[in-house]
Amino acid sequence: MYIPHTDADREAMLHTIGISNLEALFQDVPASHRFPKLNLPPGLTEMETLAELRDFANANETTQDLACFLGAGAYNHYSPPLVDSIIRRGEFYTAYTPYQPEVSQGTLQAIFDYQSLIAALTGMEVSNASHYDGATAVAEAVSLAYANFRGKRNRIVLSPALHPQYRETLRTYNNGMPVEIVGDQAGVALQSGPEALEALIDGNTAVVIVQYPDFFGRVYDLTALAKKAHEVGALLAVSVNPMALGLLTPPGHFGADIVTGEGQPLGLPLSYGGPYLGIFATRLEYVRKMAGRLVGETVDNRGQRAYVLTLTAREQHIRREKATSNICTNQALMALAATVYMSFLGKHGLREVAELCYHKAHFAASSLAALPGYSLWSDAPFFNEFVLKCPTSVKHINEHLLDEGVLGGYDLEQDYPGLANHMLIAVTEMNSKEDIDLLVDVLEEVSNE
Amino acid sequence: MSEPLLCELSVSGRQAIRFPEPDVPKAELPALLRDDLPLPELSEVDIVRHFTRLSKYNYCIDQGMYPLGSCTMKYNPKINEETARLPGFTATHPLQPIVTVQGNLLLMYALQEWLKEIGGFAGVALQPAAGAQGELTGILIMRAYHAARGDTKRRKILIPDSAHGTNPATSAMSGLEVVQLSSDPRGNVDLAALRAHADDTLAGLMLTNPNTLGLFDENVLEVVRIVHEAGGLVYGDGANLNALLGIVRPGDLGIDVMHFNLHKTFSTPHGGGGPGSGPVGVAAHLVDFLPEPLVGILEPGDDDTAPLYGFIKPAQSIGRVKSFQGQFGMLVRAYTYMRMQGAEGLRQVSEYAVLNANYLMAVLRKSYHLPYDRVCMHEFVLAGVWPEVPDVHALDIAKRMMDYSLHPPTNYFPLIVHEALMIEPTETESKQTLDAFIEIMQKIAEEAHTQPELLKTAPHITPVGRLDEVKAAKELVLCCGVDSPD
Repeated sequence: MYIPHTDADREAMLHTIGISNLEALFQDVPASHRFPKLNLPPGLTEMETLAELRDFANANETTQDLACFLGAGAYNHYSPPLVDSIIRRGEFYTAYTPYQPEVSQGTLQAIFDYQSLIAALTGMEVSNASHYDGATAVAEAVSLAYANFRGKRNRIVLSPALHPQYRETLRTYNNGMPVEIVGDQAGVALQSGPEALEALIDGNTAVVIVQYPDFFGRVYDLTALAKKAHEVGALLAVSVNPMALGLLTPPGHFGADIVTGEGQPLGLPLSYGGPYLGIFATRLEYVRKMAGRLVGETVDNRGQRAYVLTLTAREQHIRREKATSNICTNQALMALAATVYMSFLGKHGLREVAELCYHKAHFAASSLAALPGYSLWSDAPFFNEFVLKCPTSVKHINEHLLDEGVLGGYDLEQDYPGLANHMLIAVTEMNSKEDIDLLVDVLEEVSNE
Repeated sequence: MSEPLLCELSVSGRQAIRFPEPDVPKAELPALLRDDLPLPELSEVDIVRHFTRLSKYNYCIDQGMYPLGSCTMKYNPKINEETARLPGFTATHPLQPIVTVQGNLLLMYALQEWLKEIGGFAGVALQPAAGAQGELTGILIMRAYHAARGDTKRRKILIPDSAHGTNPATSAMSGLEVVQLSSDPRGNVDLAALRAHADDTLAGLMLTNPNTLGLFDENVLEVVRIVHEAGGLVYGDGANLNALLGIVRPGDLGIDVMHFNLHKTFSTPHGGGGPGSGPVGVAAHLVDFLPEPLVGILEPGDDDTAPLYGFIKPAQSIGRVKSFQGQFGMLVRAYTYMRMQGAEGLRQVSEYAVLNANYLMAVLRKSYHLPYDRVCMHEFVLAGVWPEVPDVHALDIAKRMMDYSLHPPTNYFPLIVHEALMIEPTETESKQTLDAFIEIMQKIAEEAHTQPELLKTAPHITPVGRLDEVKAAKELVLCCGVDSPD
């Protein structure tokens, strides 16, 4: 498929090359291993392929069929049709990385728009063009901090309320570095907020990493933590849910040095975990240590304003083994989607959605907490996610919920053994009052069993 | 060209979308409220026109040939975009119970199995987000393998000068010491240099084969043997796999670990820079170190029931390299493509990709210097310089191509060819398209000699001319409305 050559074309081309058949092109490949027979299913027509893929898709139960209260890093939000209609333009999605700026101004200016919106949303001075996702963005924050102190500071203070998968990713990435990660060891008190991290910050600390709202949904003022980190010259990195920043004080206002985040809530489909969008923003003073692509404004030789990939000397293809990261391909099309989403919702729409999430989540939380046997695990302020202490196992409850057409919350025992029977519940603008009432009813039934 | 920025288009009081009033009682808003949300205020039509106008400033595959060497800019089939957007896929949450996402897991399992078969590997992990992350994953696996054997002094990684640009940064990120290997006059790994480094400190070799000259290493079996005998492992950079589908399986050559680029070889779009997808394949002795999660069969099926697919964690896994299961939407696109090709179709992909490259090379060598005169694989490298017109550079040729509505090839890479023009046509370009490309390249070669100013001042017809890159880096304007601090 997708090979346009006729037999006559092929023969004419072979003749020009001066060989008689295609096999002659592969004489450098060891004969003993040449042309293996591949055991793959035979090719299908387009019509048959689409039918097969529809069967696969239909074998899933989806958030369109189920009332979804599952979050934990990926959220079921409304994605306006406008987002997909823009990223589906061939001019955007079939273009390469904009290394040739004269024929890539569309992508370049869109990235510049993205950088501008992310800087505004996070309250930071500069954003890169994206990382892979929220997890690798945090890992890159550690690399920035480590490079900032030229490897002389080895301590990473890590909140236990940072997404467990982000903490795992960060550890995989830092396996080659002599760093000491403290703060999230097994058995640490989870009820305490960011103040518990302050005692761990010392003169050897490169970076303090927290999540906002944290993995349990809680929202804390980070001003004191930033001050404590800065007293010893350490950096503060904050991993955010960008939707929450439609409502809440952005980390830049607390004094954060790096803001990372998972951009999926900004109009990207859940799509079983990807492709998503790694947000990375920082202060100008760290821009030369930031990994990833960056677009800057300049002029062309006709005097016009134009955009170009800049500070490329930081990057792997120039700096080679001295680069702080090997990132090359990023999530450009997802960044474009988020740009369209942020511009479409704009100043007022993003606030409206964030408030809807907030009100619905608080209604759900108070309704659930009123049930006998259930209570809220924390009384800290929260955005759209909260932890519910349940009278029985979350697995058991979720099985009941699924039977009733509800995708229940996240079972925290998977990552925190001390939080058996604790469910992390996410509520978005997509959850109607009927959905929430159904959730409440089923949980009440379960406790009455 | 003058398209305003989003922030410049903003008009106070404008709003494109409204959401329903809450159907629940309102709660008291939190104390940590932001006082200002400085996002633009636009209408839907403002936004549609802004991005539509911007899109017109882009070159793209849908418009024409995109001969970027080592980037494999093949046509991106439209059916891929359809299947990846089926609501049954897009509306599934990554943490749903496995019984509710058996369609997703079956697709991922099949894709793992097919990539194993195509690459000749014992295990494949789909999680890595892109080629560079696949490389990092592979190198971490190699390190973990040596560490598990107590072989801790292996800190040296060899990288040929014809390898991909990300390789050195990947190795350094993994805490390894990078040693560059030179190429021999035929573009192969220099065996003498390799032998000199093949000692008990060798962690491994990162081999791009075919390399960035587009050449298949004539001594590949010997290269692999030398590394293995020294106790090292061979990493295969799979970015150039488009030359090898059904031609040779890297695993059969003794490659221990390799990443696949689904966004090159298997037709998923490049998206203006991403997302990609970089699954990693490994030989049997490395399967236990793969990142988690892998998709496996938890309960075998029989005639009446399908197997139950779920996640498994390899025994000595290096851990996860990102959140969730990988770039699932890209996996759906790659699956769609592979399902349509079958084994026979995939072999044809590589045969015709290599045919197209050799055809271009056979003709263009008459007008351009060809530094390595051998049968090439899916790409080849010309030198964009003529001794009689020393002022004309590869960059000028590249920029002049834009005046003929063509995207230039990769230039100045690989570094081992002076003034490199690295050309990869891919199999999806017809003879007629290639002939048109040849004609333009010949015309530019002629112009270089007769009217070099045309090249030096190119491009002329693009939305913008050559850019002041020094100003961009020096004055640093990186977002709207913020002027340089200097």
